[in-house]
Amino acid sequence: MALANETMKMEAQNLTAFYGESPAIKEINLQFPERKVTAIIGPSGCGKSTLIRCLNRLHETTPKARVEGSVFLDGQDLYRIDATAVRRRVGMVFQKPNPFATMSIYNNVSAPLRFNGRPTRAETDAAVLRALKQAALWDEVRDRVDAAATSLSGGQQQRLCIARALAGNPEVLLMDEPCSALDPIATSKIEELIAQLKQSYTVIIVTHNMQQAARVADYTAFLYLGKMIEFGPTEDLFERPKEHLTESYITGRFG
Amino acid sequence: MKFDRAARRKVFSHSMTVLSGLAIVVILVPLVSVVYEVVLLGGPAINVDFFTQPIPSACNPAGGLPCHGGGGVIVPIEGTLQLIGLSSLFSVPVGIGAAIFAVEYGGERRLARVIGMVADVLSGVPSIVAGVFTWAVFVLYFPTIAFSTLDAALALSVLMVPIVTRTCEEALRTVPNSVREAAMALGISKWKMSLRITFVAALPGVITGILLAIARSSGEAAPLLIAGGFGCLHPLSQGVENQTCALPLWIYFGANNPYPNWITLAWGCALLLLLVILGLSLLSRFTLERMSRRMRGG
Repeated sequence: MALANETMKMEAQNLTAFYGESPAIKEINLQFPERKVTAIIGPSGCGKSTLIRCLNRLHETTPKARVEGSVFLDGQDLYRIDATAVRRRVGMVFQKPNPFATMSIYNNVSAPLRFNGRPTRAETDAAVLRALKQAALWDEVRDRVDAAATSLSGGQQQRLCIARALAGNPEVLLMDEPCSALDPIATSKIEELIAQLKQSYTVIIVTHNMQQAARVADYTAFLYLGKMIEFGPTEDLFERPKEHLTESYITGRFG
Repeated sequence: MKFDRAARRKVFSHSMTVLSGLAIVVILVPLVSVVYEVVLLGGPAINVDFFTQPIPSACNPAGGLPCHGGGGVIVPIEGTLQLIGLSSLFSVPVGIGAAIFAVEYGGERRLARVIGMVADVLSGVPSIVAGVFTWAVFVLYFPTIAFSTLDAALALSVLMVPIVTRTCEEALRTVPNSVREAAMALGISKWKMSLRITFVAALPGVITGILLAIARSSGEAAPLLIAGGFGCLHPLSQGVENQTCALPLWIYFGANNPYPNWITLAWGCALLLLLVILGLSLLSRFTLERMSRRMRGG
């Protein structure tokens, strides 16, 4: 398997996540290669979002939610250390752009620095510049970083959220259907960006769009009814699926 | 037959319209006449002296007490300002703290619901009960200042805490959860998120709540009568450990006397109080609209 040549950045072991009594994902075992894009696909309600929300320990913030099993980052069990420390190392971008509406563009991007430490002005300046450039937003906002974040378009707001996640210097970037609220042009910009980002970060993206997975991901995992059905290099999974369920799904017979 | 029914329906509809119109008139008559009366009788009392001079000595020309004119209500005005300041100082931090706890930390826990229930029950406490309660506490533990501005301000804060708590809670609940998730996903600690992100986003609603609480308490006389004593006849208002005076107190006291100059000043106080409360209500509406628009970046 091609995975043998990869360094593994993150790993889920026997990961089961509950909402109340009912498990949304069951006994997931999955490895995420370093500096690659891994897509998680599957029909609505299959547990894709729950899975990545377990990877930065956001799942447990939902009332009555609970997690069993482990998630390792560089071999360290994330469920044995402080949750805020986990989230500083594993950034996340959400389905709908969620910039802080009360803050300017600059303050949004510098938020992880300002709220998690006491940076100097020069440090935040440098981090904001780097993050906005990494998120391919700098050219569009360089003259108005003090404008309200909400004055940006939807696609720009989503790139702002990516910049904000990157400003804190995470090692892994989780993206939960980051383009589902965006138009095709904004979507293709984000997809180009993902290809850039994997040079520095391990990217894990949830998408309900199979074409998107095929375009951006090096590896793809297929989830169905909370179970991991198949995982492999994207090309293999789409062209030579091993499981009957995977084949039915990618050929559009259900979902 | 068919025509009859339609006609009857028409008559019924028209008479109901007339009746509901009458109901509006019935509501408006007392409102308009109260305002008219207060402006008419209180208006002449308003001048520079009204805002700068202490209460004058009583006069009654018919009863052989000559009038020297002048005098004002600087003492009740100062007292009201002291009461507003002190009671806000006590109630705003408590109310905001309880609301933040209930919304951000309570979650599904029972304590969060208990806070809401306590606030609801507390807001039903009659103001005179709040007054007698703090007065009794002071008599027992701080007897030397049992009649004081401090005591009265505490009674008022008992009335203000539930208003601040409830409005602040509602304002915090209108902050979308996506904001909290955004903050948590950045590894921002919960207390920083609560104080510096969600609370800031809820600020317009919080300020509205504080202003409404001030408007409510600044019109109260009953708790002041019990817990505040009566310090209106001092030459100038005293420290907060002395007996208090406030606009509603002077309305009560001045209007209960046979001296025309005191009665006029009481009407003036009524007008001033009406304007202050109206102003606070308008200001709270204005801040809510203005600030939330600015915060949404419009």
